[in-house]
Amino acid sequence: MMSKFMLPLVAFALLVGMFVVGLNLDPSRIPSPLLQHAAPEFAIPSLHDANVLVGSASYANQVALVNIWATWCPGCRQEHGFLLELAAEGTIPIFGLNWRDDRVEALRWLETLGDPYVASGYDVDGRVGIDWGAYGAPETFLIDSNGIVIHKHIAPLTREIWEHDFVPLIGANKAE
Amino acid sequence: MKLLTIGVGFFLLISTALAIDVGQSFDDPELQHRYEKIIAEVRCLKCQNQTIKDSNAFLASDLRREIRRMLEEGKTDEEIYDFLVARYGDFALYRPRTSGRTLILWVAPMIFLVFGAVVLLRIVRRRMALPIDDEPAEGA
Repeated sequence: MMSKFMLPLVAFALLVGMFVVGLNLDPSRIPSPLLQHAAPEFAIPSLHDANVLVGSASYANQVALVNIWATWCPGCRQEHGFLLELAAEGTIPIFGLNWRDDRVEALRWLETLGDPYVASGYDVDGRVGIDWGAYGAPETFLIDSNGIVIHKHIAPLTREIWEHDFVPLIGANKAE
Repeated sequence: MKLLTIGVGFFLLISTALAIDVGQSFDDPELQHRYEKIIAEVRCLKCQNQTIKDSNAFLASDLRREIRRMLEEGKTDEEIYDFLVARYGDFALYRPRTSGRTLILWVAPMIFLVFGAVVLLRIVRRRMALPIDDEPAEGA
């Protein structure tokens, strides 16, 4: 008699398990196919000076962050304070990719709020953003010293997320 | 007459709203056909339940522009889909391709169907073996 109840029970438990996993996934967080692959190489005009090219060469052979941001993005405003703290600590260079934005607005933002970036690229038509698989700012990529993407964070960065998701990876990378 | 004017005016208003893809069409109808087919297959990741054909999010228009450029460069449909999957993953395509990672999506319905058929067959077989004792009594 046992088996008569066991099968539906197991099926039900499986279904519940699938729902628990499935409903806890956030569909707006799409895993990046770039993970564990070489980061895109690019050279685009600097936000500060249209005649200067910046890009992947700006952080070559270093563990670095690439932060995709724009002035139209509220989440970017939210994480900006933390990026400034991080830059002040000097543990990691942050490259800013200003995505689909207005140069004047973006420069005013950096001037009034502070500039955490070692260099800022001005991706006015979103071409570089596409190479990074960007679909919603802010997005932050962790690149190792070999130019491999080792982590991607979508949504504003905070101290907790930084300590929890980024620091262990950076430690492991530097120890190698 | 007044009603007609309002009606026509309203129609003109909504028709501008319908024009999402404002880019130039290709001179070559073959290219235009391929372009329209591809943009109807690609998910707008900013607005996930729309294709980039239906969306006017800037990401959708950027992707349309890139697809247009690749078609002009003579890229094949496969190369264009590869470009998108390499950047945005299998999720970018409304009909994900059969690969190791997406195999389960394609095979699961088949497995469920076979499983259901087996269960059904077993139940029917068992019931057919039962003596027929539930027929209404004569004259009832």
